[in-house]
Amino acid sequence: MTQPLLKIEGLKKHFPTTTGGAFSKVKGTVKAVDGIDIEIFPGQTIGLVGESGCGKTTAGRTILKLYEPTEGKIVFEGKDLAPLSPREMKPYRAQMQMIFQDPFASLNPRQTVGSLIAAPFEIQGITPEGGVTQEVQRLMARVGLNPEHINRYPHEFSGGQRQRIGVARAIALKPKLIVADEPVSALDVSIQAQVVNLLEDLQNEFNMAYIFVAHDLSVVQHISDRVIVMYLGKVMEEADKTDLFTHPRHPYTKALLSAVPVPDPKIGRTRERIILKGDLPSPVNPPAGCVFNTRCWKAQDRCRTEVPQLMQIGTNHRIACHYPED
Amino acid sequence: MSVFGIFAVLPMDPAALTCGKACYPAVIEANRHRLGLDVPVQVQYGRFVKGLFVGRTYGEGQAKIECPAPAFGYSFNRHECVTTLIKDALPVTLSLAIGAFILWISVGVGLGILAARRKNQWPDRAATAFVLVGTSLPTFISGILILLFVGLKLKLIDPLNMGRWISPLEDPVAWFRTFIFPWIILALAYAATYTRFTRSTVIETSSEDYIRTARSKGLSEKVILQKHTLRAAIAPITTMAGLDFAGLLGGAIITEQIFNLPGLGRLSIRAVLQDYDLPTILATTILAATFVVIANLLVDIAYAYLDPRVRVA
Amino acid sequence: MTNSNSAKPFLEVKNLNVAFPTEDGLVKASSDISFNVARGETLAVVGESGSGKSVTSLAVMGLHNRKTAQISGQAFLNLESGPVDVISADEEVVRKLRGKAMSMIFQDPMSALHPYYSIGNQLIEAWSLYNEGSKEDGKKRAIEMLDLVGIPAANKRVDEYPHQFSGGMRQRVMIAMALINNPSLLIADEPTTALDVTVQSQILQLIRDMQKEFNMALILITHDLGVVAEVADRVNVMYAGKIVESGSADDIYYRPDHPYAIGLLNSIPRVDQIESKRLVAIPGQPPSLIHLPQGCSFRARCEFAERVPGNLCATTVPTLDQKSTDHFSRCHLPESELVKARVEIGGRK
Repeated sequence: MTQPLLKIEGLKKHFPTTTGGAFSKVKGTVKAVDGIDIEIFPGQTIGLVGESGCGKTTAGRTILKLYEPTEGKIVFEGKDLAPLSPREMKPYRAQMQMIFQDPFASLNPRQTVGSLIAAPFEIQGITPEGGVTQEVQRLMARVGLNPEHINRYPHEFSGGQRQRIGVARAIALKPKLIVADEPVSALDVSIQAQVVNLLEDLQNEFNMAYIFVAHDLSVVQHISDRVIVMYLGKVMEEADKTDLFTHPRHPYTKALLSAVPVPDPKIGRTRERIILKGDLPSPVNPPAGCVFNTRCWKAQDRCRTEVPQLMQIGTNHRIACHYPED
Repeated sequence: MSVFGIFAVLPMDPAALTCGKACYPAVIEANRHRLGLDVPVQVQYGRFVKGLFVGRTYGEGQAKIECPAPAFGYSFNRHECVTTLIKDALPVTLSLAIGAFILWISVGVGLGILAARRKNQWPDRAATAFVLVGTSLPTFISGILILLFVGLKLKLIDPLNMGRWISPLEDPVAWFRTFIFPWIILALAYAATYTRFTRSTVIETSSEDYIRTARSKGLSEKVILQKHTLRAAIAPITTMAGLDFAGLLGGAIITEQIFNLPGLGRLSIRAVLQDYDLPTILATTILAATFVVIANLLVDIAYAYLDPRVRVA
Repeated sequence: MTNSNSAKPFLEVKNLNVAFPTEDGLVKASSDISFNVARGETLAVVGESGSGKSVTSLAVMGLHNRKTAQISGQAFLNLESGPVDVISADEEVVRKLRGKAMSMIFQDPMSALHPYYSIGNQLIEAWSLYNEGSKEDGKKRAIEMLDLVGIPAANKRVDEYPHQFSGGMRQRVMIAMALINNPSLLIADEPTTALDVTVQSQILQLIRDMQKEFNMALILITHDLGVVAEVADRVNVMYAGKIVESGSADDIYYRPDHPYAIGLLNSIPRVDQIESKRLVAIPGQPPSLIHLPQGCSFRARCEFAERVPGNLCATTVPTLDQKSTDHFSRCHLPESELVKARVEIGGRK
C-alpha cells in the first residue's frame, strides 16, 4: 500500500466572534470546520461537498494553511505541517497549490498574465529550464490560452480564460496536490466542461492529487474518486464515488442527492424528492447533538443530544449518524 | 482630561500671562496663587472638574472672583469668567451654524438629487461646475469677495453693525442681515461637497436590485425616488451632516473673522493668537470636543433608526 | 373556434428585438424573438450569459430604459379587457400592468428587497397600489400571502426586516410579493441560482404550486438544464441573442435538433450517470453581441458546419424553421445529416 500523500486528522478551524467596539470581547465561536479527517493518495481526487456554511471552503484553505488550524494535523508526505510557521511552510507551498473560485477576483488586475503565471517561480526562487518566459508560454498553451497574449491584462480575457490563467498559475511548479475551490461554479455551462476536461487531463499528465471543493454534485460526481459530504463543519458521510451516489446511507446525503435536478424530463417528473424542511442553521449557533437533527425527518431524542461519531459502515464507507438509511 | 494635560505641559507660564508686559513678579505670584497654579497638576485638574459642577472661586478677600458653574476658568485678559465669554459667543455661532446648515443641506442635497436624476444632462453638468467652484474656493477668498462686491457695494451690510450680536428676537431684520452673507459663504463650501456626495449616493442606490424590484411592482418613478432611493441614500448623508454640523459649532473660525462675528471661532482664535488666553483656549477646545462627541452619539442613534440592519436585536 | 381569452395564449411575443447602443457599438442583445405562453403553461428560457434570455422578459415587463434601449416588435398581453402591446403602449399603461397582470422575480433575493423597510411594509406597498382598502386590510393580505408561501409565524414575521430572513425565506417573500395581486403571468429570472440546492428544490416546488394555484403563465429563465427538465412544458434555447431551438421539454431533451442544444446536453455531467466518461465540451466561446459574425452565430463552435452544402452557415442567418410538430430549430443542417450526426454522438457516449 502506498503511503497517503496527505493525511488530515481531526482538523478544526474555529473563528472567534467578538462583541465589537473598542473593548471587544470574545463572545463565541464559529466552528467553521469541526473535526474532519481526509486521506488522499497521489493522483486521486477527493470531492468535498456541502451547502453554504458547511465549512468546505474553510477546510480547503486551512489544509493549505491559508488559515492557521485551530487543532489537528496536516501530514504531508509524513511531515505534520500544522505547527509550521509561514517561513517554514514556504518550501512546501510549491507542492500544494490552490485554484480559486472567482475568475474575476483571484487575478490581480494590474498584473499581466505573464507576470501572474510567473509569480510562483519568482516567489520560490526557481528558474525553469529555458527561462521563465518560455515556460510561462508553454503553460499558457498547455491550458489552452494563446501564448501570444502573455502581455495582456486579466480584464481582456473571458471568465473561462481567466480560470485557465488561474490553473496555469497553480500548475507552474508542478505541485503534488491542488485544492480547487469551486473552480467551475462561476463559469457558463458550456465552458465548465472545457475546464473540467482540462483539469482531468492535467491530473493524468502530472499525477496530481485534487481536493475538489464544490456544491455542484453533478460535477463532483464526474471528477471525484472519493466524496466527503459536509454539513455545518462536520463530516456526514464519506465513501467511494460510486458507493455514495448509488447507495447513500446518511439522510442528509440522500436528501441532497434527491434535490439535485437531473437534465431528464421523465426522471424529473417522476423522481421521489425528499424536501427538507426549514433552513440551514447558522454556523454561529449550530444545533446540539447531531448538527443535522433540526431538518432530519428521522430525528429522535438521541439525535438532539448525542453527537454521532464517524463510524465504518461498509468498505471505505463511513458515516456519522445514529440511524443510517439502508 | 487629555486637553488639560496638554495645557499643563505648555511652555508658557499662565500666571505670567495674566497681567501683560510690565508686570511685577509679586503680582504674578499673587495671581498664580489666585488661579490655583501653584499646586500640582492633578490637584489643578481636580479643582477644574469640580469647578465645572459647582463653580469656582479665585483668590480671597477683596480680589475674590467668583465664577458660577459651569466654571471653565477665568480669563485675565478679558477680565471675565470664561463661561461668560462663552455664553456671549455661543448664540452667534449657533445662529451661524444652524442657518448655514439649513442652507447647505437644502441646496447641496437638492442639487445632488437633481444632478443624479438628470445624469449627464445639463443640470448635472451645471451641478458639477458648482461642486468644482465650491470645493476649490477657500472661505477666506469667497468671504472677502462677497463682502466687498456685494455686501458693502450694494449697501446690504451695515458696517457699523458688524461685530455686534443682535438677537433675532430683538431685531430679526438686522439679525438676518448680519448673517445672510456668512451663511452663503459657509453654505457654498459645504454644499459643494454634499452635492457631489448626494449625487454619487443616489446614482449608486438607483442601480441597486431593490430599486429594480420596486419598478417591477409597478411603482411610479416619483414614488421610487422618494420612498426607496432617497430613503436609502439619507443614512450616509445624515452621518456626514451630523459631524459637519458639530465641527461648525466649534466655531467657523475664518468666516467669523472675515465677517467680524463675535462667535466661538473668533473667541478661540483671539485667545490663541493674540491673548495667549489659556483658560479660554482650554474651554473652547473642550467645548468643541464635547460637541463632536455628542454629535457622534446622535448620529449613531440616527443611523440605527434609519438602517435597521445596524440595530442590535 | 371560441373567442374566449382562455383559448388564446396570455402572452404573445412577435419578432421582438432589443438592442443597446454602447461606447463600443450597438449590442444586439436579442433578435427576432417570437413565442407564446398560455395560462397554466411553463416556458423555460435556457441560455448562458450573453444569450439574451433575460433581456426579452425585461422588455415584456417594460423595465428597459426607453430612452436608451432600442426595442422593436410586439408583445401582446391578452387581458380580459383586450390585448395590449406592451412594446408600443404608453409607459404609464405598462406600469399599471406591472405587479398586477404580470410580475417578475429576480435572481438574488439578498439584494432584491429594500433593506430599510419591513417586509410587511413592502408587501402592503405592492398590494395598495392596486387595491382599495386600509393598511389593516393590506396587512391581512400580506400575512395571508406569507402563509401561502410557507413562512412560519407569518403574523409575527411580517414586521421583520429582510436581513432577518435567510436566502430561501427571502425568495419566498419575493414570490409572495409578486403574487399578491394575482398576476396572470409570472416571470422568474434565475430564481434559484443563488440558493443552496436543498433550498432550491423547495423554491421550485413552491413556484410550481403557486402556478397551479393562480393558473398563471410561467416563464422560467435559467442556465440550469436540470431545473428546466423538472419544471418546463416548453423550452426555448437561446444563443447569442436568438432562439436557436424551441420545442416541448421531451423534444429538446430526447430529440434535440440544434447542434448547440446537442452539444450542451452532452457536456453536462449528471448525478445519475456514474460512468466517468469524458465530457464532450463545446469548444470556443460565445460571440460578441456587438460584432456578430456573418451567417449563423454558432458556426465557429459547430462541428457540423462543414456538412452543410454551399457554405450556407457562413453567409446566411438560418431562420427558425419547423422540424416537426411544435418543434423549431434555427439550423441549416439538412435532416439526413442530422440523423447521421445523432447516431455518431450516440456512439460517443
